[in-house]
Amino acid sequence: MSEIPLSHILFVSTALFFIGMYGMFTRRNMITMLMSIELMLNSVNINFIAFNKYLFPGNLDGLFFTIFIITIAAAEAAVAIAIIINLYRNHKSIDVEEADALKH
Amino acid sequence: MNILIAITAVGVLAMLSEILNFRRFLYPISLFVMLVALALTGMEWSHGVRYFNDMLYMDNYAVVFTGIMVVTTLLWFMMNENFLNGNPRQADFTAIISFALGGAMVMAGFSDLIMLFLGVEILSISMYVLAASNKSEPRSNEAGFKYFLMGAFASGFLLFGIALVYGATGSFNLREISEFVSENNTDMSAIFYGGVLMIAAGLAFKVAAAPFHFWAPDVYEGSPTPFTAFMSTVVKTAAFAAFLRLFSTCFSEVSTWWSPVLAIMSALSMLVGSIMALRQTSLKRLLAWSGVANAGYMLMAVVSLNEYSDTALVLYAAAYSIASIGIFTLVSNMTNAGNEEISSLHGFSKVNRFPALVITVLMFSIAGIPPLAGFFGKYAIFAGALKDGFVWLAVVAVLSSAISVFYYLKVVVAMFQPAGREAVQLEFNPGQSLVLGLVLVLVVVLGLVPALITTLI
Repeated sequence: MSEIPLSHILFVSTALFFIGMYGMFTRRNMITMLMSIELMLNSVNINFIAFNKYLFPGNLDGLFFTIFIITIAAAEAAVAIAIIINLYRNHKSIDVEEADALKH
Repeated sequence: MNILIAITAVGVLAMLSEILNFRRFLYPISLFVMLVALALTGMEWSHGVRYFNDMLYMDNYAVVFTGIMVVTTLLWFMMNENFLNGNPRQADFTAIISFALGGAMVMAGFSDLIMLFLGVEILSISMYVLAASNKSEPRSNEAGFKYFLMGAFASGFLLFGIALVYGATGSFNLREISEFVSENNTDMSAIFYGGVLMIAAGLAFKVAAAPFHFWAPDVYEGSPTPFTAFMSTVVKTAAFAAFLRLFSTCFSEVSTWWSPVLAIMSALSMLVGSIMALRQTSLKRLLAWSGVANAGYMLMAVVSLNEYSDTALVLYAAAYSIASIGIFTLVSNMTNAGNEEISSLHGFSKVNRFPALVITVLMFSIAGIPPLAGFFGKYAIFAGALKDGFVWLAVVAVLSSAISVFYYLKVVVAMFQPAGREAVQLEFNPGQSLVLGLVLVLVVVLGLVPALITTLI
């Protein structure tokens, strides 16, 4: 069985990154925006693991970095959900358009 | 390393103080440990020790930036005595501020891209919490959410850039990356350049440089004023320390690739920041836009990479942090009085002569009027840009600096005008007066003898 080439995996991860970015710009629901950010961070995890496995199989740096990213992403999600709950208590909505007290 | 332990010890003690019921001693303890951290920073100087298996390298660059940030945090604690003491959430705020300072220290001393990412995130996540910490105020919640959204987006860029650089070089260590780059600087793969540009974009978000600055004014305005003060001093200094450290050690060999991009960002930040600051009527928002303009000046030090750019950046960052802390003591009193408009300052100098004098001096310093610290910071950065051939950038910087004199003087003029109907009485407590005194001394001394700080690197 032939191995999947690196470029395919990089294509998937880059596509995921830009799908996440697209979601950030188009979605108005705060939870969905949070999910888009998670998508961006996880696409980076795929990148690290692919580079580590295909190009530098001798050491495990890339794998370690993904563990840090997963931890930090969990902390970020916890903080973000706390902020969103607070916003929901004040606005009774999790639509970003509702949160417009600060004008440019 | 001992500094990191001392700083995080404040955070752990703060959390314990809630359980063991010694919260009323927390404020003196935090001041004391900050002084200890400052002493430990001094002891670290000129040893150049590599900690954690070469993840953290406390060279003089890192030590001096850590020193600036610890002093700023100490001044921050002194200025917020009334805000912290007796506040039911004093322990939380003390803990999170000290963890943020730990992250800032890691950003100044990282020697590995993992450490850079961890430092950025420790600092940023703490600041998201603090920005949203006024739970009943919708503007604070909104500021926290905006900060989170933009910060996490920027982290995504930073990480993707790090992943690409890792793919091209096979290492996270700054020394190994720079060796690899100097050996192969003619035939680096395209993903390396993509990675460098994405890292630059991610860090530009963090320092609020145009065109990635749009979150800054909203977040600065919506956050509780003490935390805005922390953001515009320690966070900005740490982000620039990391920016210059990364680009001067790793990517200096390929600077022809990224320096035009950063030069355009820098020019845009200066112009956008200065022009938008002219239109502001609220002092807090004016300082946010002036922060964008100042990010542009400090970015010039990264653009014109030469042997003087680190001393120039240290001088500028020190002058800017010190002046900002002083000005924010005024803003936090204005917030307590419920009016952040510049026009509410009319008649201020009649009642508060000493604060008015100090704020005037600080505004002159930050606007770059000699012989104060801000002038020499600006001079060093502009001279570096000219030396490196960025004449157009220096011209833009001088223009924007000239514009900035208008809006800084607008505040000074307002303070010395006779009181109008909406004049507010502002009271400076002894801690804040002490901060103003210290800041005045520092700005004048650093202006007269800039070598005090520039020879430390």
